[in-house]
Amino acid sequence: MNKTTVRLQDKSKTINWVTDNIVTIIFILFTVFGFIVSQGIDINFFLTDLSERFFRNAFLVLSLIIPVIAGLGLNFGIVIGAMSGQIAIAIVRYFELGGVGGLMLCFLIALPISALFGLLTGLLYNKTKGQEMIASLMAGFFANGWYQLLFLYVVGGIIKVPANHPMIKPDGIGIRMSIDLGTVDKGGLKDSLNSIWEMPFMWAVLIVAATILAIIGIKYILDRKKNRKITKFQNIMSIINMSVCVIMIGISVFAIATNSKLMNIKEIPVITALLIIALCVFTELIMKTKLGQDFKSVGQNQHIAEVSGINVDRTRIIAVIMSTVFAAWGMIIYVQDMGTLNTYNAHTNIGLFSVASILVGGASTSKASIKHAIFGVILFNSMFIMSPEIGASVFGSPLLGEYFRTFMVYGVIGVALGLYAWKGNKKGKLTLENMEQ
Amino acid sequence: METLNEKKLGFGEAISRIGLPTVIIGIFWIFILIVGVCFGIPLDALISDTIKRAGMNGILVLAMVPSIQSGTGPNFALPVGIVCGLLGIVCAIEFGFTGWGWILVAVLIGVVLAIVIGYLYGKLLNAVKGSEMTIATYTGFSIVAFMCLLWLMLPFQNKQIRWMMGTGLRETIQLDAVGGAQLLNNFGLFNIGGELVNGAYVGGITIPTGLLLVFFIFCLGIWLFFKSKIGIAISSGGINPGFARSAGLNIDRGRVIANVISTVLAAVGIIVYSQSYGYAQLYTAPLTMAFAAVAAILIGGATAQRAKVSHVIIGVFLFQGLLTTAMPVANEIFKGTDLSETLRAVIQNGVILYALTQVKGGGK
Repeated sequence: MNKTTVRLQDKSKTINWVTDNIVTIIFILFTVFGFIVSQGIDINFFLTDLSERFFRNAFLVLSLIIPVIAGLGLNFGIVIGAMSGQIAIAIVRYFELGGVGGLMLCFLIALPISALFGLLTGLLYNKTKGQEMIASLMAGFFANGWYQLLFLYVVGGIIKVPANHPMIKPDGIGIRMSIDLGTVDKGGLKDSLNSIWEMPFMWAVLIVAATILAIIGIKYILDRKKNRKITKFQNIMSIINMSVCVIMIGISVFAIATNSKLMNIKEIPVITALLIIALCVFTELIMKTKLGQDFKSVGQNQHIAEVSGINVDRTRIIAVIMSTVFAAWGMIIYVQDMGTLNTYNAHTNIGLFSVASILVGGASTSKASIKHAIFGVILFNSMFIMSPEIGASVFGSPLLGEYFRTFMVYGVIGVALGLYAWKGNKKGKLTLENMEQ
Repeated sequence: METLNEKKLGFGEAISRIGLPTVIIGIFWIFILIVGVCFGIPLDALISDTIKRAGMNGILVLAMVPSIQSGTGPNFALPVGIVCGLLGIVCAIEFGFTGWGWILVAVLIGVVLAIVIGYLYGKLLNAVKGSEMTIATYTGFSIVAFMCLLWLMLPFQNKQIRWMMGTGLRETIQLDAVGGAQLLNNFGLFNIGGELVNGAYVGGITIPTGLLLVFFIFCLGIWLFFKSKIGIAISSGGINPGFARSAGLNIDRGRVIANVISTVLAAVGIIVYSQSYGYAQLYTAPLTMAFAAVAAILIGGATAQRAKVSHVIIGVFLFQGLLTTAMPVANEIFKGTDLSETLRAVIQNGVILYALTQVKGGGK
């Protein structure tokens, strides 16, 4: 093989890489553009906002991974999980239980509710094979109707509740628009998980960067020992990653040592972070089990999976149940962070924003990983923080920024799904033509 | 015709012929009507409202027929056409037209825009075969969000449509200011059994002749179109693409034409809708309009793959009838609440979900 062909291959690889990651690239450019045009956005404000949003949303976004691997596509039905989580919170708040115990109770109550709804949506997806995504979207809208019926009319109308309860509307029928969760020191739920243990942001950066550096290092040494082939691309990537880690360590050490302005960034909730890491580890580990392998083979080809003795429908249902349960827990984490439960609005955008996040991170209908989810949450929320700024400085109106943000969310999902379908069709056509020849 | 054979067929077979959603919604409607009459809700007002709302929504529902017949599924991207129509409305006002001139110019601008945008949309759908419904939904959502930007930025000057301060258009635009409100409705309007008090009918059944006439003319047009050579080619492409292709038909072209027609119908549909409503709603209002229209045609007996004009007429009367009846009845039962939106969410999305479970094929 001579050099030119190698170079040509490299070139087509780069083009492929660009088209594969076009959504991510647009978002990165957009965020960078935002930083350039919005002069003087406070880095502390930005990082505080970003870290808050990250710990609020990451768990929810991670709950999308398993259904993608099992071939169900992006599960917009996590709204149903979110609603289950909210039902659990409403029950716990109704009896005015609070603190860490109350939160644990929320998780516990949400488990059977969301598992049941996960089962039902799973059965639905098995009836709508090939159209799961639109079905999951419609299922979310459908469930929202029942949710409203439950909270607006059944509570108070059929289930008798005292009208003077702070959660219930003054006329005794239905739950109020927003429920205050109460602060944790007064027996409430707000920040009940976050406030267990908090850590300065820069310390967290230091620990995370050091851990990643160590992992890359160990991996490198192991690869060397086992004489695994490492491509040039991987080599470059690991060097970039390592240097980023080193820079991060440098910045954080400097900030801690000099007690600079960066130390004023809001502290991070360690337990929430640990839960997010736990879900990452769980998702990784389950892929190593028999069930995880079943997910993969069902996701790749249902017929082959069926022939090789996997119960396809059952495997898909398990994937949906897991996703729904994690979404319910993710919603509980989200709401305790917010401090108030917007009874009828909080969940409606969850599916949309989570799906957009993971797509921005580089996932598609058929591939999704922890990396996509984590990177996507960071990038998507950066855009979210920046777009009013961009609206204000480019168009002179923050409202335009808001509308632009909505457009980006819908647009990202549309473009990512459209590109995926288009590429799939092109590939399908190519193989057909090859066969004909 | 099908009801005549009902006795000979088994019960289950009869239901599957008419379509489960049609049967359930029909029975539900009759049930609510009976409950409503028991509560003493005037029947004639309910019927008048049903007719008016059916005529209002009719053309939007009719827009589903070409896209379903061509095989691209229900047109979840209805907002694409709707924003074209809305743009036609505001442009016509901006140029200073009133009354019949306004509606004609609005339709003209809306249709021209819809043809261009519908063509591009059809091309898009051909590129993403197999995931049309999901992509269409997000195309619709995206275009509504994009138009939110445009409504704010377009340099309209007419005081009737723009905000008092700053730039941009209002969220709802009053059409009686340009003499456009109920223009079609009042054309040949007559009343049965009511009496005229101060220029308005009290009681009796009001028939908005112009509105219904326009709706039925469009129905007739679509019905005739699918009897024509090109119409038959489009629907055979929808039924069996492989067969149609081997018969030498250009399926992709058929799909584009069908979606152009669908988008044009949506543009005209929203103009008819707005004039009857009396207001044009901009910004996020069109976001979920597609789902109501999809649900209506499905209630009429269509599937995600087959639809007829008769499904549109049955569906729109049944669905709007149910919604209009359910509102006062629900308010009677649950005093002081507004159950109608919730009820609509459950029925509308439930019907669409049911239709999705009936789509054959799929799976890898």
